[in-house]
Amino acid sequence: MAIKKFAVAAYDDEEVLFPAVKSVRHSGYKMHDVYTPFPVHGLDHAMGLKDTDLHTAGFIFGLCGTSTALGFMSWIFTSDWPINFGGKPHFSLPAFIPITFELTVLFSAVGMVLTWCYLNQVMPGVKKHVFHPRQSDDLFVMAIELNDHTNEQEVIDFLKTTGAVETNIQVAEADWWYGRWDKKEPYELA
Amino acid sequence: MNERFEIPARLRNTSIALMLIGIITLIVGAVVLLGSNDVFEKSRFWTSLIQDSVYFLMITAASIFIQAATSLAQGSWIVAYRRVPEAIGANVWVFGVIAAVILFAVAFTYNIGSGNAVHNPIYTWMHPDEIEQKKGAFLNPGMFVGFTLFTIAAWSFFGKKFQALSLAQEKAPKNDTKIYWTMVKWSGVFLGVYWLTQMSVTPWMWIMSIQAHWFSTMFSWYNFASIFVSGMALILLWVVYLKNQGNLELVNKEHVHDLGKFMFAFSIFWTYVWFDQYMLIWYANEPEETIFFKLRQQGPYSLIFYANVIINFVMPILILMTAPSKRNYFTVTFMAMVLIFGHWLDFFQLVMPNPMKDHWHISWYEIGIFAGFAGVLIFTVSKTLSKHSLVPVNNMLLKETVIHHS
Repeated sequence: MAIKKFAVAAYDDEEVLFPAVKSVRHSGYKMHDVYTPFPVHGLDHAMGLKDTDLHTAGFIFGLCGTSTALGFMSWIFTSDWPINFGGKPHFSLPAFIPITFELTVLFSAVGMVLTWCYLNQVMPGVKKHVFHPRQSDDLFVMAIELNDHTNEQEVIDFLKTTGAVETNIQVAEADWWYGRWDKKEPYELA
Repeated sequence: MNERFEIPARLRNTSIALMLIGIITLIVGAVVLLGSNDVFEKSRFWTSLIQDSVYFLMITAASIFIQAATSLAQGSWIVAYRRVPEAIGANVWVFGVIAAVILFAVAFTYNIGSGNAVHNPIYTWMHPDEIEQKKGAFLNPGMFVGFTLFTIAAWSFFGKKFQALSLAQEKAPKNDTKIYWTMVKWSGVFLGVYWLTQMSVTPWMWIMSIQAHWFSTMFSWYNFASIFVSGMALILLWVVYLKNQGNLELVNKEHVHDLGKFMFAFSIFWTYVWFDQYMLIWYANEPEETIFFKLRQQGPYSLIFYANVIINFVMPILILMTAPSKRNYFTVTFMAMVLIFGHWLDFFQLVMPNPMKDHWHISWYEIGIFAGFAGVLIFTVSKTLSKHSLVPVNNMLLKETVIHHS
């Protein structure tokens, strides 16, 4: 939970957005995020976001599923409650494989969805500050994080030179929170 | 741009050397193995030939399938190196002729004993016993000849046809869509033919009938998965080779990544089908079905049985899982070679156990025959590749393939 000050710039065209993102990075301002109405290909590279580790998480969740299924079934059928099924040995690996496979898929899928939600800070009932009401409609909105030493007017002027159609300064919660919109806004700087 | 592929002297010499090795092995094999009084030695001569000729015929035919599938799906990723599957597909007839000669020779000339005791140790149903007589509607010489000829003729025709259509596109006026849609139509027809041959009847006829008492409805799918993985690996080896020779400048890591994905995904599919077949038979525990795995898993073939799963499942899933490894020329080339060998081994354990029992070898004869077929493949495909421009300049999807991003 951190209340921060942001400089917000709205662009009405992808073609303007890309050079703007590039020059903001080049000038050394700290970019909080860019909000677009649709997925813009190549924007992650332009913003310099590093590759996701989601797939590593998926692999680990998958391994958890494999070991859960194999361990649990082996324990049940060999020591907890051994039953003779059609003369098969108690530890019947081929019979365990389908369930092991399913649990591997289930664990990695559910785990990856939850990890994805955590990484992207989206979840049912979870709120994030909206910098511009039209950021999911027809505007590309860039938020720049400011600190106490930043000259606000200088940032606004700089953003205008990059082709922003709207600029303003906002104080907002940077992270996600659980609850209602009206309880949290507007903010005071901590 | 380097559009023309000149066959390097080294490649030509290697292929001729490999073919010579194959021919010498065949001659020595004919004298030593076929001349022997031991039935297993005689069978060794023929089983190895069946295994290699069918394997090579099927993996080259997989190139026709991928052309048809991508034409129907309007896939642009393959266009950058489309000439490679085309060249492989156009040479299917060579392997078809070889396979037809070998299969007919085994079915009709390989007989042991005389009078009432005459039998064919490989295609036992040529002189059917009681059980095989009940399958006579399908397993009879007429069906065998008919389906073998139909399969080989159809594959050879489509291999040539797809190449011809693609080359005709080069001569057609720019932006002419007629040939493109003709290609799509023929692709649809080919999928029907392929379904009737590779995906159902042909593997039953050529391979499954070697153990005629046993049957599995999964068998052809399992076989298809096997040859599709190795067919993709074969295309990949050619692409990487041509790239190393300075051709195929349009091909970059994105395209190699796609071939790697196919190798990876269909290795998993192979395992899925392999395990389906295994588990159902294991579960039901019917003696006439489990005999197939009794010989392979617990008998003299257990080494190959487990090596098969490790090479064709554990290795690709661990090595090809991450995206960077599919984009690395070394790892994909290494895995392509491993998978081609792995599925050759898979065919080995399908063909050998019944006729050879515990007298199997992987020794001078098997390796020599494999080398011979590899030589034929390298010789014919490189010759076809050198005849035409490697860049399908007039293909409508050319721009898409250049900017392709996987």
